[in-house]
Amino acid sequence: MSVIFILISISILVAIIFLAAFFWSVKSGQYEDTVSPGVRILFEERKSEEKQPASQAEEQDTDQTKN
Amino acid sequence: MVYDILKENDLCDYYELEQSPGINLNNRDFADRFSYLDNAEIQEKLLDFTDGRMSRVRLFLPAIHCSSCIWLLENLYKLKDGIRQSRVNFSKKQVLIEFLNESISLREVVETLASLGYEPHISLEENDQKKKPSPNRTLFLKIGVAAFCFGNIMLLSFPEYFGFDGGWDDEYRRFFSWLNVFLSLPIVFYCSTDYFLSAYKGIKHRYINIDVPIAIGIVTLFVRSLVEVVFDFGPGYFDSLGGLLFFLLTGKWFQAKSYESLSFDRDYKSYFPLAIHRKEEGEMKPVPVANLQIGDEIMVRNQEIIPADSILVSGEANIDYSFVTGEAVPVLKKAGDKIYAGGRQVGPSIDLIVKKKVSQSYLTQLWNQDGGKVATEQDQHSMINQISKYFTILVLAISAIAAAYWAWEDSSRVLNAFTAVLIVACPCALTLATPFTLSAVLGVFGKHHFYLKNTAGVELMAGISQLIFDKTGTITYAGKGKISFEGAPLNPAEKLWVNAIVKNSTHPLSRKVADYLETDVKLPLLAQFEEVPGKGLIAQVEGREIRMGSAALVSAENAGSRGVQFSSVHLSIDGFYRGCFVIQNQYRDGLKSLINRLKSTFKLALVSGDNNAEAQNLQAYFPENTPLVFNQNPDKKRTYVMLRQEEGEKVAMLGDGLNDAVALQAADFGIAVTDDISAFTPACDAILDSSQLHRLDEFFAFSQTARKIIISAFAISFCYNIVGISFAVSGLLTPVIAAILMPLSSISVVAFATLSVKVLAWRKGF
Repeated sequence: MSVIFILISISILVAIIFLAAFFWSVKSGQYEDTVSPGVRILFEERKSEEKQPASQAEEQDTDQTKN
Repeated sequence: MVYDILKENDLCDYYELEQSPGINLNNRDFADRFSYLDNAEIQEKLLDFTDGRMSRVRLFLPAIHCSSCIWLLENLYKLKDGIRQSRVNFSKKQVLIEFLNESISLREVVETLASLGYEPHISLEENDQKKKPSPNRTLFLKIGVAAFCFGNIMLLSFPEYFGFDGGWDDEYRRFFSWLNVFLSLPIVFYCSTDYFLSAYKGIKHRYINIDVPIAIGIVTLFVRSLVEVVFDFGPGYFDSLGGLLFFLLTGKWFQAKSYESLSFDRDYKSYFPLAIHRKEEGEMKPVPVANLQIGDEIMVRNQEIIPADSILVSGEANIDYSFVTGEAVPVLKKAGDKIYAGGRQVGPSIDLIVKKKVSQSYLTQLWNQDGGKVATEQDQHSMINQISKYFTILVLAISAIAAAYWAWEDSSRVLNAFTAVLIVACPCALTLATPFTLSAVLGVFGKHHFYLKNTAGVELMAGISQLIFDKTGTITYAGKGKISFEGAPLNPAEKLWVNAIVKNSTHPLSRKVADYLETDVKLPLLAQFEEVPGKGLIAQVEGREIRMGSAALVSAENAGSRGVQFSSVHLSIDGFYRGCFVIQNQYRDGLKSLINRLKSTFKLALVSGDNNAEAQNLQAYFPENTPLVFNQNPDKKRTYVMLRQEEGEKVAMLGDGLNDAVALQAADFGIAVTDDISAFTPACDAILDSSQLHRLDEFFAFSQTARKIIISAFAISFCYNIVGISFAVSGLLTPVIAAILMPLSSISVVAFATLSVKVLAWRKGF
């Protein structure tokens, strides 16, 4: 039955790791702005689309060269 | 749905992508507008970080409004060499830009942004603020810790809940209890610190705030549970303790809800320029405004604001004081005249000699007279703190009576009953009622473009008894005015001449006349044109001499009394008086019905910085005995507000400009009315989009509803308290009952508060 001691210790340890992760996320400012990261991820995706040789992507490439 | 958004974004991107190469970043001429950014001292204050090679700056861009703004701003590095990286914070409308000093200067970065249509608002005052991390951070951490401890304690208490008495090994029970003790330590010594501090402060100032019973509850919970575990009486109430803090802190988070991108604390400094051109060894150099010394010679260009009280050295100046006084028409100043800070020069550059330091100027002093409302004072007036005194005394009395009863009946249960009452009466649900109701109301108001500074604002609104309006820009359309021509109607040729003349002037009245006369026909050329500052225009068109402007310039005798009451532009052709353009204020749509609805509930008044030209028109809008006060400078407006307050009124002031700022601060509730909420508004308690002004009465009525919802929520939580206390006085409060009662009461109160706000808002048409 002493396995419960070990299991509980491990479970609390895991929970503490998550708590630490939460601390890190707050301290690194992830809760400062909750809007732009959600939008940003969409742009990131679109950039990778550009690399695909689709007709749409080519259009964008020409725009890029104008830049 | 997602596809739609994506598609929309894509379209936006294409649009921007097409457009941005088209904007030649150098062809927009900002002249010297941002030249002060080359000043090392200003740079040092603005930059977040610099190592001489690479710098980082955080700029506030009020124009950020959609997702393609983020896209464009984060792709700045493609548009301009030297910009390494840019990162947008959408909710704060900020962008963090990293750039290389050798290839681009701070000034160029700002000019690039401005040419794209994102002109940063730069002010040293706000710069200090935005660097600080939001105060929410600590709160988030505390909520996280409380949730962690609460969750784990709950899990470890499960065997207790299910009463595994038989097979439940004593060894494990002790182990679990001690784990709970350790898990509760961060709750008491980290998460609860705010409550202890606030309770201590309250008692020090001899008043009992709601944090006092909370602090008592926390301490009793912890000490009693600790004693139970140490002496092996029972498992203690650690789960309730964890839940209590978790719910309380969540409530605090809701209470702290506000609009990050809006600023409610701007003072005159945000309006003032950062730097001004000062004569140094015969050369004009930008210096930070704060460094100005008495006797310095400064140059103020067209549309710049005069930063300090000074004396005009030479020539004539045309100062627009609308910022300070609300008067729309610029004032003419001659060499040797004193010019107060806050005026805006209209016309060519002027030279001034500084007479007072920025910090001692008239406007600054006016501002500093009033230290602003003290936060604690607001706190004391909130409903929860008003009842907390009686609540605390009542709870202490009940626990004392229970203790006395058991001392007589069964002395072994004295402490048990005494502490149980304190524990169960800990006003968790009670404290949650207010923040959750108010933050829901805040959300409802925000949806209808009425932005409150904080949740306490709703309670302040509910207590208002008098409304004071400012005139220009608040109840009239800013910049729009009804224009009419008095005198024999102008023939088409005359209209063309006049239009040709006013098109050459930038004076606000000229612009209005030009808008009024708008014609598509090609305008005749002017043979001669002269703008007499503060007086008007003299021009030669098609062989005729036309004079426009003040009665003095045109020809006073003929002007007679016409149009004296209003802002007016007189007109004469070849020396003959033709008549005058009369510019009347145009009142906002729905103003009349709004006033009609308001007058039964509130005392009304109007204070205006303008002259009494509009008095007759206004009387048609306001009920008969409404005081209408004119020619009020900012200080007089404030005095007016304070006099009403001395009469015992709770005053809400509605204003729009810096000239109302001090009055807005002095009022119990200051509302800034604005056409564009991202534009700059004076310090206030709430910002109202002018298009929603006609709903003002509904907003006030709903704040009353909110008050009723809070009272009902209080009633519900009292019911729970009565149930809990009846368990406690009879000495039957087991940890399980406490652990059920506490979250149950909290959650039901929160649900009641939020749902009833939603339902009532919907029923009232919000």
